[in-house]
Amino acid sequence: MEAILAKLYEMFPIALNLSVPLIITGLGGLFSERSGIVNVALDACMQIGAFTAVTVLIILADMGVKGAIWYALLACAVASTLFVAIHAFSSIEMMADQTISGTALNVLAGGLTIYLCVVIFSTQSTPAFNASATFSKVSVPLLKDIPILGKLFFTNNYPFTYFAYVLTVVTWFVLFKTRFGLRLRSCGEFPQAAASVGIDVKKTRWIGVLLSGMLAGIGGVALVLTTQTYFNNLSIHSLGFVAIATMIFGKWNPWGVLGAGILFGFAQTLGYYSNSIAFLKFIPTEFFNAFPYILTIIVIVLNGKQVGPKASGELYDPSKR
Amino acid sequence: MKKHNPVLISLIAVFLGLLIACIVLAVSGLNPANLFIALIRSLSGFYLLKPEQGINISYPLNWLLNSLPIILTGCSVGFAYRTGMFNIGGEGQFLVGGLAAATVATLVKLPPVVHVIVCVLAAGIAGALWGFLPGFLKATRNINEVVICVMLNYTALYLNQWAIKAFLPIDLNTKAKTTLFPDSATFFPLNFGSTSQFHWGFVIVIAALLVYWFIMEKTTFGYSLRATGLNKEGARYAGMKTKFNCTASMMIAGAFSGLAGAIVTIGVFKYGRIATAFDGYGFDGISVALVGSGRAVGILLAGLLFGLLKAAGTTFQMLGIPKEVASIIQACVLIFVAIQHGIKMLLDFLSKRKEKKLDGSHSS
Repeated sequence: MEAILAKLYEMFPIALNLSVPLIITGLGGLFSERSGIVNVALDACMQIGAFTAVTVLIILADMGVKGAIWYALLACAVASTLFVAIHAFSSIEMMADQTISGTALNVLAGGLTIYLCVVIFSTQSTPAFNASATFSKVSVPLLKDIPILGKLFFTNNYPFTYFAYVLTVVTWFVLFKTRFGLRLRSCGEFPQAAASVGIDVKKTRWIGVLLSGMLAGIGGVALVLTTQTYFNNLSIHSLGFVAIATMIFGKWNPWGVLGAGILFGFAQTLGYYSNSIAFLKFIPTEFFNAFPYILTIIVIVLNGKQVGPKASGELYDPSKR
Repeated sequence: MKKHNPVLISLIAVFLGLLIACIVLAVSGLNPANLFIALIRSLSGFYLLKPEQGINISYPLNWLLNSLPIILTGCSVGFAYRTGMFNIGGEGQFLVGGLAAATVATLVKLPPVVHVIVCVLAAGIAGALWGFLPGFLKATRNINEVVICVMLNYTALYLNQWAIKAFLPIDLNTKAKTTLFPDSATFFPLNFGSTSQFHWGFVIVIAALLVYWFIMEKTTFGYSLRATGLNKEGARYAGMKTKFNCTASMMIAGAFSGLAGAIVTIGVFKYGRIATAFDGYGFDGISVALVGSGRAVGILLAGLLFGLLKAAGTTFQMLGIPKEVASIIQACVLIFVAIQHGIKMLLDFLSKRKEKKLDGSHSS
């Protein structure tokens, strides 16, 4: 028991680190899907956000600006929000197919970030950022003293981890306890009915999509700043799509996203540790990597009908009943 | 709203995509003219900056070589699209196709020509199997095929990594690929004495386009597929087997992507790769199919266009333009095709203004 706990204490910060980008981005996706717009461009927003933050951080830190990290985060939020506005415009205003528009943004982000790297830094990636210019690991006072749980969830994590916890609670509160949340959800379930009671469907969806882009951008930063030393075209390694899986596996619910994110992060960490754990030795690492995707397929198949927002992904036709 | 010619909309989208790329280049202090110099070089082999070199045939051959796989993945996306489904799973089908081809190439001993044919068939079957699940689930339980396809893409990525390491002979020097395929399992080169890797695999692409055109436009099956795509309930009411159509369409779509995997694996690389990321052929196929509006000729032309952008990459870089500009152009074209509703409105607006002007000149 002691040995298992010790191993868990060792693995948990790593697992949480991998989970946090998924949770933040997945919660972002939730805002978009709940408002009725499918956002497959989450991956693109993560790339844009991470690239912007790393670039701003490097440039400002070079200039010796104090608190460069905060400016970097601000720039990331602005850039990824502006970027996802393309998706909002085409799918809400121009009635584009949401999957096509999202796919286009994924292609664009992959090209644009590296294009800008070449233009700004003359190589296919950004230089390494100064680790001291970013956040360091912290523990939460009081909460860290809770037996077992305190050590698992509140000790020695990057601030992004705690941000993810808070964001989960905030998302739950906004979606299910506020007037705005009710309106947002109604636009994703039955927009024509929402419109009939005076809700501005287009505006609500704009807010949902913009929020999803911003959060996905922050998710991208959380990934790159805590697990990597620079940004290149493989930095995000398609985690945006895992975030979509996280959202679906979490049944479009903030608590579900939190749980699914931790599970997926843990599955990947087990992959790293599988060589040192006797009964996992025979399972290839690739299995742990593929685990979130296979599990999501199984869950969708078992669930049968999708439990997601009903109108999500459909074109909004105000005259339809 | 008037009916608009899809060709016109695609042309406008391509024009706007190039325009945006020029603006992006100009803003970042690069010369947009170089973009076109590079494109012309890949198109004709003629280098405007060094006309004394004459025509180098390896450039147009490389252009065609780059177009081959994305025409196939374009067929893949287009086929599903005409049946009312979105095949975003081309990446996964491409990978399992490549894996199947590599397996047959390395583990099976067959005489030349037959070996290649078996490789290609195996890849097509593997791709079709990978396309089965999303089609079947869509048909029987109305589960969104996009989500299943995305999940299967990554499953294929890791399956490919694991299966090559576990079952195929690995090249001991790099440990990142299989041993070279025997000559019997590779396409004969067709390079007219140049350095290009162009090969006889293009025959498969032409055959695939013909099959695509024939099934879609000339058979009862294709008619019922298109009917399913236009109005599923209506087609079902008319007695068409829509469930079978969805599954079959996705499997045929998967087969096209599988073939793309084969011609890249045994045509260009000639070894099995342990891919750690997607090559993007499946996503390119989405652009190709949509810009080509799902017609065989359109897919051919759009494939040649995006193949040109890919092939020009090296010349872009030589002229100081990041080769990623190709992705930017492609994404912009795709966005403009996606918002064709807006383009149509603009065209309507313009034609109305024209009519008004004409009316005005008559009355005066």
